[in-house]
Amino acid sequence: MLEKIWARHVVAEGPGGHVLLFVDRHLVHEGGTHALARLARAGRRVRRPDLTFATADHYVLTTPGAPAGDAETGGMLETLARETAAQGIAYFGVGDSRRGIVHVMAPEQGLTLPGTIVVCGDSHTATHGAFGCLAFGIGSTEVEHVLATQALWQRRPGAMRVTVDGRLGPGVTAKDLILAVIARIGAGGGTGHVIEYAGSAIRALTMEERMTVCNMSIEAGARAGMIAPDETTFAYLEGRPFAPRGERWQQALASWRALPTDPGAVFDREVALEAAEIAPTVTWGTSPEDALPITARVPDPARIGDPARRQAAERALAYMGLEPGLPLTAVTVDRVFIGSCTNSRLDDLRAAARVVRGRRAVVPAWVVPGSGLVKQAAEAEGLDRIFIEAGFEWREAGCSMCVGMNGEVARPGERVASTSNRNFEGRQGPGARTHLMSPAMAAAAAVTGRLTDVRTLG
Amino acid sequence: MRAFTRLTAVAAPIDLPNVDTDRIIPARFLRKPRSDEYARFLFHDVRFDARGAERPDFVLNRPAYRDAQILVTAENFGCGSSREMAVWALDAYGIRCVIAPSLGDIFRQNCVKNGLLPVILPAGEAAGLRRQLHECPGATIAVDLESRTVTGPDGRAYRFEIDPFARQMLLAGQDEIALTLGYERELRAFEERLEQELPWVVPGVGGRQPATS
Repeated sequence: MLEKIWARHVVAEGPGGHVLLFVDRHLVHEGGTHALARLARAGRRVRRPDLTFATADHYVLTTPGAPAGDAETGGMLETLARETAAQGIAYFGVGDSRRGIVHVMAPEQGLTLPGTIVVCGDSHTATHGAFGCLAFGIGSTEVEHVLATQALWQRRPGAMRVTVDGRLGPGVTAKDLILAVIARIGAGGGTGHVIEYAGSAIRALTMEERMTVCNMSIEAGARAGMIAPDETTFAYLEGRPFAPRGERWQQALASWRALPTDPGAVFDREVALEAAEIAPTVTWGTSPEDALPITARVPDPARIGDPARRQAAERALAYMGLEPGLPLTAVTVDRVFIGSCTNSRLDDLRAAARVVRGRRAVVPAWVVPGSGLVKQAAEAEGLDRIFIEAGFEWREAGCSMCVGMNGEVARPGERVASTSNRNFEGRQGPGARTHLMSPAMAAAAAVTGRLTDVRTLG
Repeated sequence: MRAFTRLTAVAAPIDLPNVDTDRIIPARFLRKPRSDEYARFLFHDVRFDARGAERPDFVLNRPAYRDAQILVTAENFGCGSSREMAVWALDAYGIRCVIAPSLGDIFRQNCVKNGLLPVILPAGEAAGLRRQLHECPGATIAVDLESRTVTGPDGRAYRFEIDPFARQMLLAGQDEIALTLGYERELRAFEERLEQELPWVVPGVGGRQPATS
């Protein structure tokens, strides 16, 4: 599949095996303002504004009522609005219900299509690979390059396949699946590769679940993850605002059905997991690879043979304030965050609400929907009432406490049960301690005040 | 972009694997326009305490490594977020080359776009270099992109591979946009073919015009 998508996007062959690749969708958020400003200073125009789509997610405050930010963050939003207007780029800004986390908004709008190349100045662009496209994050200089040329110089990455067969058990979700994959192959396990996820457990996932899986490919080091498009993909896309229609839809379908990897295709690396062996999973350290089943105990660095790994584990435990041997279910939390481009879609909120219904949060807990449309849909089915009655804060759409760029951070030393994607030191604020988990598990932590096996809540 | 040909400079060892770009530059600094101020943001929260004082145990705060222009790191340095500001901070501090057994893919690309040389060496060789840097703080390493060699403090030379495109761009200090604009004919031909063969790709051609809010 990677090879097929690659081949149809080559504009020109360059030196050293590099090719100039055409970009079908360029997604832009506030981070793109640096590049837009450089482009404007150079007097250059955006080559294909019709293939460029912008929204505001990183710097928007998600406080209920959406107040304006400070001068600096507000300035980023103003610049983005001004530059996109000047360049003729569609912008889903503050006040537009389509505004949301770029990796929630674009699929929701039908902008992400199989067989295409999607880039964004954001490492979680890997999310879009759930649709059978090649989607990867780029840096600011590359953003400027795509704005100016609608193309990128790239060398073809390696192809890795992760096959997950069987069925996920009750209480086990796509988030647990991808955390288990990262724990298996490591935070650098996919470096230099695109991961294709395959197998019966992957086929059985909804589009939202597939996005959760592909989203965290970068946490395994892979710049992109992808899943072959199928009837689930097509059913999701049909009728979305920017998806093709009529005759074009039929042409697109024919093209998409030819995308899946041919039987017998050879991958540079293969990994296989059994879905039935995956338990609800949480992280204990400061790398997403530090993930264990909730039934496990905090690992003992003394038992790690490799000195560098031992040192890393010791440092992680010191930062996290955890003792070796402590059952993970004994770890108390100070705060809960449900949101992020990994887990802020409608199904994620439903899963959390099912756990929360009739219970009460015993620690501060936030729910941050992925987009204005997710928020509306959740409110239409009363999910907001369930969260609010349980003492959760129901907030506006944005990246919020996943990355804390807008100032929404946890306090030093605070322990957060989070549905986001990174448990790095300081990610959710200086000194903040992050445990990654699924929305259902985060909801369980909110109502018990500690890491909890959601299967035991009944 | 600044060219990179060769460099002999003090090198600092970083032994921790999986040093992510959030650690290289915390998110709260990313809103700042690029400036010399970025030197201060580099490794901010591990380099300075909450009051802004230097943490004496951090490698770049030790006198011998303060003027380092080369980092020799462990596996997967620069993983995580795509923030190019991680490279801006390294660049502002004066780091011109990162030597590692592996680097985050996006980070490696960002290095090349900013005239920083990413060098991949086998894990054993990178570990050997770090050991020497610990044993002789302030020791220098020589890096030559022309001959693709790294020469350690002990005088041993290691050859490294780098993709020819990145090497050419770094040696020439080439502006990539200017290069690509030279492919205008090919780009136009591709775009015409795209509209013919895959008309559904372009919204408004195959799909509906964007809705207005």
